[in-house]
Amino acid sequence: MLDTEPLAQPKQQVGTARARTSFVRQVLVVAFKDLRAELRTKEAINASFGFALVILLLFSFAFDPFQETTREISGGLLWIVFAFAGTLVLNRSFARELPNDCLDALIAAPLSGAALFLGKALANYVLVLAVELVSLPVFGIFYNVRWASQFPELFLVMLLGTWALTIIGTIFSALTVNIKLREVMLPMLTYPILVPALMASMRLTTTLVTGAPIDADSMAWLKVLTGFDIIFTAVSLVLVETVLVG
Amino acid sequence: MSAVAVEGIWKFYGDYPALRDVGIDASPGSCLALIGRNGAGKTTLLRIVAGFSRAQRGKIRIHGKEPREAETRRLMGFIGHGISVYDELSALENLILFGKLYGLADPRRSALEWLERTGLERVRNGLVREFSRGMRQRLAVARAFLHEPSVLLLDEPFTALDDRAIAVLQRLLREALAAGKTVVMSTHQLREALELASHVALLTRGQLAFHGPRTPEMVEDPGYVYARYGEDRPN
Repeated sequence: MLDTEPLAQPKQQVGTARARTSFVRQVLVVAFKDLRAELRTKEAINASFGFALVILLLFSFAFDPFQETTREISGGLLWIVFAFAGTLVLNRSFARELPNDCLDALIAAPLSGAALFLGKALANYVLVLAVELVSLPVFGIFYNVRWASQFPELFLVMLLGTWALTIIGTIFSALTVNIKLREVMLPMLTYPILVPALMASMRLTTTLVTGAPIDADSMAWLKVLTGFDIIFTAVSLVLVETVLVG
Repeated sequence: MSAVAVEGIWKFYGDYPALRDVGIDASPGSCLALIGRNGAGKTTLLRIVAGFSRAQRGKIRIHGKEPREAETRRLMGFIGHGISVYDELSALENLILFGKLYGLADPRRSALEWLERTGLERVRNGLVREFSRGMRQRLAVARAFLHEPSVLLLDEPFTALDDRAIAVLQRLLREALAAGKTVVMSTHQLREALELASHVALLTRGQLAFHGPRTPEMVEDPGYVYARYGEDRPN
């Protein structure tokens, strides 16, 4: 008895560690599958980048890049572009599973809804972030904004803001996958929920591209953005199984 | 213990009862042909058994376990109306993907083995979108059998198959049954299904009209079950 008791706990720990490894592997398998499929077709990424470029160009006609007010609203403009262009990527996320009923095969496989969801969210995150990083220099040229002066801080805001956009977009992509008007429904459902995260991202981006220092107000917005990411990631992971199976 | 046990299943779409108190049972090594007219509830029942949707009432057990448990899903293979493989990936990439998701020890080796068994080894690196319909169907069969499931759930598996794909599927199903695996298939192709089936269940408007062993009369006359137990029976 004394010999077996201490062995029981490490065995359990090994089991938990194995389950965790298996979970991470499944997340990566789903993410790489989505990225590979997207890179072969380039459907979403080309549409998203093209759309981002067109909106940046059109907005640049509306606002004089040499006026100070343009710089003051530049954070807002940039995140509107990111949100609109990102939706095109997110719309494809679960819709990609519809031809050939591939979603059935994923639901039938022994992977949790959380692993499937995180894998898809990870692939979307990479794609949306790629579109944003390519759009950023274009934004700098069109709006005469020196975005590179505080790039590490700006990149952190982009990472957090894009995760908010991705996590909400991915869960609603799963929810609307069987709706005929999903291209319309997705932005209608996601944008109202994204208001706190978009507000925080816009405020922080404006502060950073105008060269203003990070003050207490900015830190509060950063906390809002981080809190949003944590809360909605947790909620999505809890709800995804119900969303997929009912 | 039953391989597939369905007890008192009710499923509603809005107010419409798609399944009404359905109970079926399949023991290991048996093949249950689930037959019925269009809209009888065959696909709904199979999707609930596979864990794709939940019933409002009733209980499903696969080898004594709940269908949505990960361990149970490892035991099941499903072929639905779609082929459930990705057009943008090659045949080999598709099977390796599912091999990894099912936690196979060597997904590549298993994928190559099943491509050979389904006669697709020469096109293993071809993208699925370039495949003919028959090749796509055979790949779907390979995907469903890849992880050696002990319960096979097949929703109209012979529909739209070419002769070669039907032969491949029938051979694989016979081998699976000989190995003690369980097959539950819904079908309109009564002749092909009844050749394989050991048991038959007839669904009529969401209710079970007949459930029992397949008899020689059923093989001789595929319309026999409908005439004897279905809506066509004389009053």
